[in-house]
Amino acid sequence: MCLGVPAKVIELMANEVARVDVNGNQTEISVRLTPEVKINEYVLVHAGFAMEIIDESIALETMKYLEELLQYE
Amino acid sequence: MKQERILMAHGSGGLMSQQLIDEIFKAAWNNELMEMLDSAILNLPAGRLAMSTDSFVITPLFFPGGDIGKLSICGTVNDLVACGAKPLYMSTAFIIEEGFPLSDLRKIAESMAVTAQEVGVKLVTGDTKVVEKGSADGIFINTTGIGIIPEGINYRPQRVKPGDKIIVTGYMGDHGLAIMAQREGLSFNTPALSDCAPLYQLGQMTSQYGQAIKCMRDPTRGGLATVLNEIARQAGVGIRVKESSIPVLEVIRGACDMLGMDPLYMANEGKMVIFTDAEKADEILAELGKLSQTQNAAIIGEVYSDPAGMVLIETELGAERILGMLEGEHVPRIC
Amino acid sequence: MSEISDYQQQLLHAIQTEKASVTLMEVCGTHTMAIAKSGIRELLPPNIKLLSGPGCPVCVTSQGDIDAVIELVRQKDIILVTFGDMMRVPGTYSSLQEERSQGADIRIAYSPLDALRVARENADKEIVFLGIGFETTAPAIAVTLEQARSEGLGNFSVFSLHKVVPPALELIFSDPDINVDGLICPGHVSVVIGVEPYEILAQKHRKPCVITGFETLDILEGIYMLLKQIKQGDAQAEIQYRRVVKREGNLVARQSIEKVFKPVAARWRGLGVIPDSGLALREEFEHMDARLKFNIPEMEEIPIKGCACGEVLTGKISPPECLLFGRACTPLKPVGPCMVSHEGSCAAYYRYTPAKGRG
Repeated sequence: MCLGVPAKVIELMANEVARVDVNGNQTEISVRLTPEVKINEYVLVHAGFAMEIIDESIALETMKYLEELLQYE
Repeated sequence: MKQERILMAHGSGGLMSQQLIDEIFKAAWNNELMEMLDSAILNLPAGRLAMSTDSFVITPLFFPGGDIGKLSICGTVNDLVACGAKPLYMSTAFIIEEGFPLSDLRKIAESMAVTAQEVGVKLVTGDTKVVEKGSADGIFINTTGIGIIPEGINYRPQRVKPGDKIIVTGYMGDHGLAIMAQREGLSFNTPALSDCAPLYQLGQMTSQYGQAIKCMRDPTRGGLATVLNEIARQAGVGIRVKESSIPVLEVIRGACDMLGMDPLYMANEGKMVIFTDAEKADEILAELGKLSQTQNAAIIGEVYSDPAGMVLIETELGAERILGMLEGEHVPRIC
Repeated sequence: MSEISDYQQQLLHAIQTEKASVTLMEVCGTHTMAIAKSGIRELLPPNIKLLSGPGCPVCVTSQGDIDAVIELVRQKDIILVTFGDMMRVPGTYSSLQEERSQGADIRIAYSPLDALRVARENADKEIVFLGIGFETTAPAIAVTLEQARSEGLGNFSVFSLHKVVPPALELIFSDPDINVDGLICPGHVSVVIGVEPYEILAQKHRKPCVITGFETLDILEGIYMLLKQIKQGDAQAEIQYRRVVKREGNLVARQSIEKVFKPVAARWRGLGVIPDSGLALREEFEHMDARLKFNIPEMEEIPIKGCACGEVLTGKISPPECLLFGRACTPLKPVGPCMVSHEGSCAAYYRYTPAKGRG
């Protein structure tokens, strides 16, 4: 139900297609579902489509309010 | 030869067959033993004779990092190295599809010659058959190799015992991924290269360690996970490895993530899994580090008495889960 | 010893020192896999149970539906393009894997757009894409269908087995015998549908729902957030996977599903027919509906005696309590979704049992 992989957009091409990079592997995907995406943004890729733009300001490691709660455990 | 492509006549044993052999195979592999006898006559040193055969049906024939020719030599050489033998002689048999480009055949033959020369193994006899268009994927190759196992070397799964350490000689999954990426319908560019390589230097080094090395196997089809499971079953031991110790290139990991595949189940054609005495493991690792083909070797785990026949892998969190056998084909997934 | 961060250690510790008896369910095949891979289950205290729900769209594909697809591939000049996951799912007598070995032209693709390419390159054949997946995947197929229509590709069609998640969740929670205290919600389905469907569920059934990602850390956070809510008596829908999931989901994706598909009743392996839980092509796209184009009838569903997937999926029984477990139903010859999925409840149990020496 859904392998999704973060990929960096390196080129925006015609016909709502973008070239993306995943650790050096490159492929072309459709950005039809994320029309506002820009170069150098990261997208979640599933079955050849960008599903959403990843908000890098919300990094994997920080759930600040959880960290605070954990102090009280 | 005027033709550019293989014709049925090239396989009929007549003049055209002879031309093919002379101009493609003999030209590439010239050695004094290739006397065009039906059998090669060899003088072998004394000792236990190891023999290995393998057939190669890979597509595409030419892939990043190698080709079916190079692979056909490496595959059999590595199988001989895995049983402790020094590879000496090989036979090669070809089944070629009518219409196959001669230029490709030349490239394949040359590739085999280059690899064989590097290893010091002689291609001494062979056979060529041509089949009708559609009956083969371009070309199928079989190679059979023989070598002598020196005294004091005894690599068998049954010698693997609790306490032994497990070493892999480098990055896992490269070949499988490089080939998968070429498949029609996957349209993705990866810088990943097949790791196809003949491990004869490794064989020379390990032979110095005699009994300290219990068993070696090359993790080809089915990858590392499959080899570990095979040995665990054959030796009746339990194997525990640490996920974080298994070397995998970031680019391979990324590609596998994209396809929903697991590098631990992907083929390697230039790697060895080595089971060794715990005492010698660090030293052997250091020696591997000195060889260009095994620079990224790592100790990935250890053998236990239980759970017998199973392989467990320790995850990032420190929990253990079972690293099982592949069930069915390993294919790209969405789920 | 492992090299995880202090933060992960703290989360793990908080979870491991939880005293209350809690049953959580995850409803996503990818979560089942991720949880199994991370080994979290082994580290949970015995009072925290983690059930694997009906969340793998592949595994809940009914036998009858597989039989229907097999019926299709046995016709002349059909090329079936499918995601790799579908090859092993058993029909009543066969599977796509077996059909391929018998000569059917079945190709594995990574994206439905690959199938369009096959259609363009094989004008003399009929190309059918097997549409499988929940709301994460349906938009991709919807876009592909729109593309095919605008190109006028006459030899392309889709066999839709798509399903949607919320009706199945409603079924689970409505069941009076159900014993689930909180839901680990599918991260990528939620990228599309957003948080609203879970807010409705949470309110109606008073159960906390946390939309969770797939890294080990995501799952630890998700579990922790659920435990916290349960302890406080809350029943909210929260997003742990905030870096990708927006509250409103992906509107463009939902609109493409709307444009191409309509909700229909669908049969879920192990659960039976759930109204409005499937997606079928709308009238305007009927000419690209493979079921209609090739006259594939509804196949009779021949229930396998003893298959108790429905009860395992809803946490009512444990795998070994199913009569078929380990005998007629094993990972190599699976019957129901719990075993079809590599990491479904039964498949996972089957593999873990020897290591732990449980009976």
